[in-house]
Amino acid sequence: MASTQLLDAPPPGTIARPKRETTAAWPLVDRLCHAVCWITGIGLCLVAAWIVLYMLVKGISALNLKLFVESPAPSLRERQSGGFLDPLIGTFIITAIGVGIAAPVGVGIATWLTEYARPRWLARTVESGIETLAGVPSIVLALFGLLIFARGFFSFLSASTNGGSVSGKSFLAAGLLMAVLALPLIVGTVREALLQLPSRTREASFALGKTRATTIRHVLLPSIRPGIAGGVVLGMGRIIGDTAIIVVMLGAAPKLQGAGGPPLLSTLRGTGSTLTSYVYGFSPAGEGNSPHKAYAAAFVLLMIVLALNALVTRLSRGLSLGSVDWTAKQ
Amino acid sequence: MAARPERRAALSRTVEADKRVERTLGACAAGVLALIAVMLVTVLVNAWPSFSANGLSWFGSGGDPVTQFAAMQTDTPLPGHSIDYFRAWPLLWGLLLTTIFAVVIALVISTLAAIFITEFAPTPVRRVLDPVVRLLAGVPSVIYGLVGILAIAPWVNEHLISNARRQSVAYVVQLSGADLTTATLILTVMILPIMIALIANALASVPLSWREGSAALGVNRWRTIQRVSLRGARPAIAAAVVLATARALGEAIMLAMVSGGRPFNANPLDGLTFFFEPVETPATAILKEFGGETGTPVAHAAYALAAVLLFSAALLSFAGWAVRQSMRSYGAV
Repeated sequence: MASTQLLDAPPPGTIARPKRETTAAWPLVDRLCHAVCWITGIGLCLVAAWIVLYMLVKGISALNLKLFVESPAPSLRERQSGGFLDPLIGTFIITAIGVGIAAPVGVGIATWLTEYARPRWLARTVESGIETLAGVPSIVLALFGLLIFARGFFSFLSASTNGGSVSGKSFLAAGLLMAVLALPLIVGTVREALLQLPSRTREASFALGKTRATTIRHVLLPSIRPGIAGGVVLGMGRIIGDTAIIVVMLGAAPKLQGAGGPPLLSTLRGTGSTLTSYVYGFSPAGEGNSPHKAYAAAFVLLMIVLALNALVTRLSRGLSLGSVDWTAKQ
Repeated sequence: MAARPERRAALSRTVEADKRVERTLGACAAGVLALIAVMLVTVLVNAWPSFSANGLSWFGSGGDPVTQFAAMQTDTPLPGHSIDYFRAWPLLWGLLLTTIFAVVIALVISTLAAIFITEFAPTPVRRVLDPVVRLLAGVPSVIYGLVGILAIAPWVNEHLISNARRQSVAYVVQLSGADLTTATLILTVMILPIMIALIANALASVPLSWREGSAALGVNRWRTIQRVSLRGARPAIAAAVVLATARALGEAIMLAMVSGGRPFNANPLDGLTFFFEPVETPATAILKEFGGETGTPVAHAAYALAAVLLFSAALLSFAGWAVRQSMRSYGAV
């Protein structure tokens, strides 16, 4: 714009501004549609703002520091039912297990799909398999996990009774299911990043006599680090926000219940809750009906999600949306 | 000279290592397929008793799933029926209603919003809208459910349901605000972001020359969008509908909180009252009725519902694949 202004040499005292596009000449129907578009866009912002503000107001008024350091206690009175220290720890454990498994496996599958993909038919099938997995509802995944992890073969994952029957419900089992839930997201993001790498990167490495494996390890993966991080953060968001798997796999009790044995392993093999199942349990739909606790926990949950969101936005520079420059000179 | 064989050995060792990496990664990928196969088999095997005891009428109507589940839980068969007696229609009806309404409404809104984002929004507004869409996509369903049951359902109950309406159906069902309207509304907001993202991406990738060609013919901007961009983006719009439907199918937590928690056959013949009647979907029913003991009649019914969901999800992902094939023949994306 600046260069054209220089060339046109506007008379001193006036500033040349590009003409704004007007809709005055459009037919009425088109102008109406234009208006509806604006209303929809602004409405969307308002809905998001309302949700965040509503949670903010309700959450902050229900929040106090004691909630963060107290364990939940079984009590019908809201005052005595404790805080959400255990669900916070639970969320942390579940996310760590889920991401810890899904990230390496997901990166591995994504590299295989883009860099090897031999035999071709297997790659195609795996591709649609990942897509199917992305579409499986988490409640179905939870039901499946309940069957699988109750098998004797997986008895090391969860508590078992003296009679030898395995409960199948534990943080480890739920974390494994969460990994399945996050896998398609991570594979998708990493794959996208790998596909966007120019082929000369690979060719340069091959020309230096490097094998595929070395190229992947030392050239490709380091250069798509932001993509991997983005995928992992997306997966984390998905895991932190999921409720159905937790409610089915860990049960309703909000307190951590170890399975016995060495301290850390006992917790991992035991049951408990996460922030999501805590919110569900303390909402009017759950058993401990105390909305204030639910609001406070939901507020903390929302803040975690918002932080992750900001991280994703920073990692990926956002969608680049091209459009016609309608203000260009006619 | 003497180094030659050593180097050859080293080379073959690296090639071996390379092949080993390929095999390991390939095994990981194939593991995904094995997982899906195992999932299908285990869920179907556990669902089979319920299907075989009821036959095709499993999908039909006949009684209230809540009483049927209660009968299974207390181990007292309903008079004249076996213990596995189960009729899923009220749940399937609830699923159809919420999903179709939400997807249709979301389709309209998301198309308009995507057009706004790609075409009309000034840069500052677009810079706000991008994170807003991502935020709406990231909010966990349990928070949507909480907002729904503590803010929207009471509001609907207070302002939209008149006392006359309440009394007119009081003998069959209690209207509480946790109903079809609230459930559809929140479900719409939940599936909007994914649709907006897909459609906006497609609109933006319609070749610039097509749009400029239309503009050069003197067609105004809205008509260009309508006749050129939207048509070019049709496959992506179909893909968005497929994905959104998959998301709506499996939603359990939010619907369990706001849909009223009763498998009521909401009846369109009730006029406007229809929109204020409670509904329940299969995912919600699983969450509420299934306690976690496998091998019982309750578990069989729950796994049968899960099998229906799983089958629908697989079907939808196949539909999405078919849509993308057609996209390839368009030459776009």
